[in-house]
Order: sequence, then structure tokens, then C-alpha cells
Amino acid sequence: MSSYVEGVAILLGLNIIAVLGVSILTGFTRLFSFGNAGFMAIGAYGSAILTTKYGIPFIPAIIISAAFSGLIAYLIGALTLKLRGDYFLIATLGFGESVRVLFAYIEPITGGARGFTAIPKYTNFYITAISVVIAFIFAWNLVHSKTGRDLIAVREQEAAAEAVGINTFASKQLAFVISAVYAGWAGALYSHNLTFITPEMFNLAKSAELTITTVIGGLGSLTGSVLGTLLVTLLPELFRSLASYRMLIYGIAVVAVIVLKPDGLYGYREFSINRIISYLKKVFVKAPKKGADIVERNT
Amino acid sequence: MNEILKIEKLSKYFGGVKAVHNFNLSLQEGKIHGLIGPNGAGKTTIFNLITGIYKPMDGNIIFCNQDITGKKPYSIARLGIGRTFQNIKLFANLTALQNVIIAGNQDITYNLLESFLRTVKFRKEEKSLREKAMMLLETVGLADMADKMASNLPYGHQRKLEIARALALNPRLLLLDEPAAGMNTEESKELVTFIYDIKERFNLTILIIEHHMDVISNLCDECTVLNFGETICRGCPSTVKRDRLVIEAYLGEEYVC
Repeated sequence: MSSYVEGVAILLGLNIIAVLGVSILTGFTRLFSFGNAGFMAIGAYGSAILTTKYGIPFIPAIIISAAFSGLIAYLIGALTLKLRGDYFLIATLGFGESVRVLFAYIEPITGGARGFTAIPKYTNFYITAISVVIAFIFAWNLVHSKTGRDLIAVREQEAAAEAVGINTFASKQLAFVISAVYAGWAGALYSHNLTFITPEMFNLAKSAELTITTVIGGLGSLTGSVLGTLLVTLLPELFRSLASYRMLIYGIAVVAVIVLKPDGLYGYREFSINRIISYLKKVFVKAPKKGADIVERNT
Repeated sequence: MNEILKIEKLSKYFGGVKAVHNFNLSLQEGKIHGLIGPNGAGKTTIFNLITGIYKPMDGNIIFCNQDITGKKPYSIARLGIGRTFQNIKLFANLTALQNVIIAGNQDITYNLLESFLRTVKFRKEEKSLREKAMMLLETVGLADMADKMASNLPYGHQRKLEIARALALNPRLLLLDEPAAGMNTEESKELVTFIYDIKERFNLTILIIEHHMDVISNLCDECTVLNFGETICRGCPSTVKRDRLVIEAYLGEEYVC
């Protein structure tokens, strides 16, 4: 594999992980967060500090920093999840920006705005691929269980969810923590891939990108989120010359999706071979049936 | 006979408005009790107080000898109080079957780890939950619409689906908020039989808000009439219908003639 292809594959993989987290939060629980880049930053800086300053091996460093992201989300969630929709979004936005500014400010530990340098390059294709597979299976099994149904109930109708015995606050908190763990995980892979990080990489635009990718891919669909990430990560690679227009193109894409396909590319359903087969069957079996009908009438 | 629900001196004001004032109720197991009264009398507020959506300012709510005053809605639901809503609140973008399955979630005992490992217990519980949901859809006559999106069902079916969803909780007490709204005489007659059947079949006690007086008189053992948050009359429907205050406040003179 050429190093360019490997680089793109790693980037794609860690974006998938971060977007899957947002997908559980936004697609399945209908909570919008503009602070997930903050959790990525915690994972990225956390793991970099652990590997460079404390000599902790890479995999434990990923686990510890992702878990720490989750812990922060638990605390933030306890304070902010009682807020209604838009206000929660503003709170997460504030959180993401505070993390960025904080990391720029504590220069002795993080290298400040000039960045954290000389991070060993531990992330490779295999670690990323295995991470993606684990992240996807975990998310899939979560969504297709009692817990996932609780999340979906919160998304659909909160008052009714409470009325059938679902602790909506706990469900929201769980979704928020999982999205933060995924973001921290992706962040840890990110810093050990680039070997150099600055707080500016985890700005509001990055958070927005994660949410936009989820919306383009389709809310309420994990495979849709993967598909969305493929598009959003690979298209800019193919059209390098348009790279500076990226945010503009995102904006247009979101407007186009909202107008043309409000549920996203794959909203509220999963990619399924069976459905495609049954669709094809319908198309091909219908035609002869009509013919048979005519024959019957003739005889 | 057992007292399943006891409400004492329940009050809730919204600013200066006395939505519910000094409301008392004693409901015996297996009975059907009606709440009637003009719009804004505080009937739905009482439901919201019982189910924990509002916190009462004063008074106690005792369900099965347990004080549930001020508890969270989800824990009250788990104790066995199911409800429907006046303005239907279904999980609109899910199928009818999924709506009922979600409400049956409380039957499930597998933990997160077991669901990730897809253990035998996980598969067994998921299967029996699905069967239970299908059985409930059959009970309310929606079995053939299991895969239809809830928001695409006709209005009457949506009401039935809400009842099926409430039943999936295995409730002991069912609160029905205007189940006959928008129905004609024929349909509301059917509804009376239907409600009576599910009450017998699932050993329910029912508290029902309704404006159709024929539904109330055919179904209820007793009923309470509210006006501006105050209880103005209580008794069996035939007595209540002849009460002077009730006629003035709610039924109107024409009803008597």
C-alpha cells in the first residue's frame, strides 16, 4: 500500500469513528453537539502526553484518554443535559471552544498555540482498521438492543418515552458519553498519526464537520454515517484544488440534502443486502406477473 | 377489595390559576372511574400529576400503598401506571410494532454486556418481547398493520396503538385521556366494549377522561365531575347526570330533556 493511500485510509478510519459517535448522539438520540472536537482534543492531547511524558504504551494510552473523554462528558452532561435542545447545543459549543482555548493556554504541558510536537507515529493502517471494526460492531449492537431503543424513543417523543418507563436523562447521558469516548478514541489515533497537533485543529469547524457529515450520511443510520464519512473525507482528496472551498461545499451539500433528501443519504434505515435483493426481485418478478395475467384472460 | 390509588388534597396552581384544588380520590382495584367536566377543568392536569409530569403543590398520591408524590415520570410508569395522551404522542417515525416493543423494554433483564455478546438470554428475551408486542397489536386489532409507520395510521388506529403501547408496560392502572375523541356514536360504542374487554383481560383498573357521556355512563362504576379545578360532584353516572350543579356547569339544560 502506498503511504499516500495508507494516510487517506487512516484519516478515513478515524473520521468514521468520530462520526459514529456523533451518529449515536445526533442520529439516534436527536441531541446536537458542536463540541465533539473538544473531546477529540482531549483524546489527542491526553494520549500524546501519556505516550511521550509517561512512556505508556499506545493501546493503553488510547483507552485511558478515550475513557477520560467519556468522564468529562459525563460531568458536562450532568450539568447541561437538562437544558432543552438548542441550549444544550450552545453549551457544547462553549465547551468545545473552552477546551481549545485551555489547551492553547497551558503551554508548559501542551506546547500552547505552537503545538505539541514529536509525538511518536504509532497509528498505522491495522490499528485504525481494527478500531473501526470494533467501533462499528459496538455501535451496531448498542443500537439494536434495549438501550438503543431507549435512545430512539427519546429521539421520537420524549414525553411518551418517560410515560413508558424510560429514564430519558440517563439515556441522553449515555449517548453523550459514548459520543465523547468515540471522539477521544479518534483523537488519540489522530495525534499519533500526524505526530504534531495544535489546538486550532480541534476548532468549531471540526465539530461542525462531524455533525454535518452525520446529517449528510443520514440521521438514525450507522451505515449512512459511514457512507457520509466516505464522501466527506474522500471527495476533498479527489478535488485537492478545491480544498480551500471545503466549508463552502459542505454548506451547499447540507442545504442540498435538507432540501432534496431531508433524511440524509441513508436516513432511518440501514444498508441491507436483503432489501436490495427483495427490491430487485420485485422489479423482475412484477413484469412476468403482468404477462401471466394477460395470458389468463386470453384463455 | 383493594384500594389501588388514593389521592388526598391534591392541588396544583399555575400562577393565579387553580388548575386543581383539593382533589381527593379513592380508586378500588378493578373499577373504572370517569373524570368529566368542561374544558380547562383540570382533568388532564390530574393525569399529569399522577404520572409525575407536574409536581403537586400540596397533597399525596398513594399507588398500591406506596407514596409516589413527586416521583419522576419514568419511575412511576415502571411501578405500573400506563397512560395515553389527549393529543396522541406516538413514536411517529417508527412502525406500530416498534412502538409497542419500546414500551415493553422494561421486561428486559439482559445487561449491556449480554446485548453486545448477543447471548442466548438476549435472543430469548428479544424474541419473547416481539411476540408479546404482536399479541398486544392483535388485541387492539392492529396485527396486520404491525409494519406500518405509526404516523401513517388513521387517527382511530393511532389511539388504539397508544393503548397497546401503554399495555406493554404491564400496568395495573391505566389512564385514558379522551380515548373517544373524534369518534362517532357507533365507534364510541365499540370502544366501550373494547375498553371493558382489555380491563377484564389484563386485570386493569382504569381512570378515564371523556366528553362522550354515553361512554361514561356505559363504562364507569363511578365518576367525578370537575369545574375550575374543584370537584363539584361524585357518584355513579346516573346520579351525576341528574345533579343540578353538573347540569349547570357542564351538561347543559338540553341534555336533561
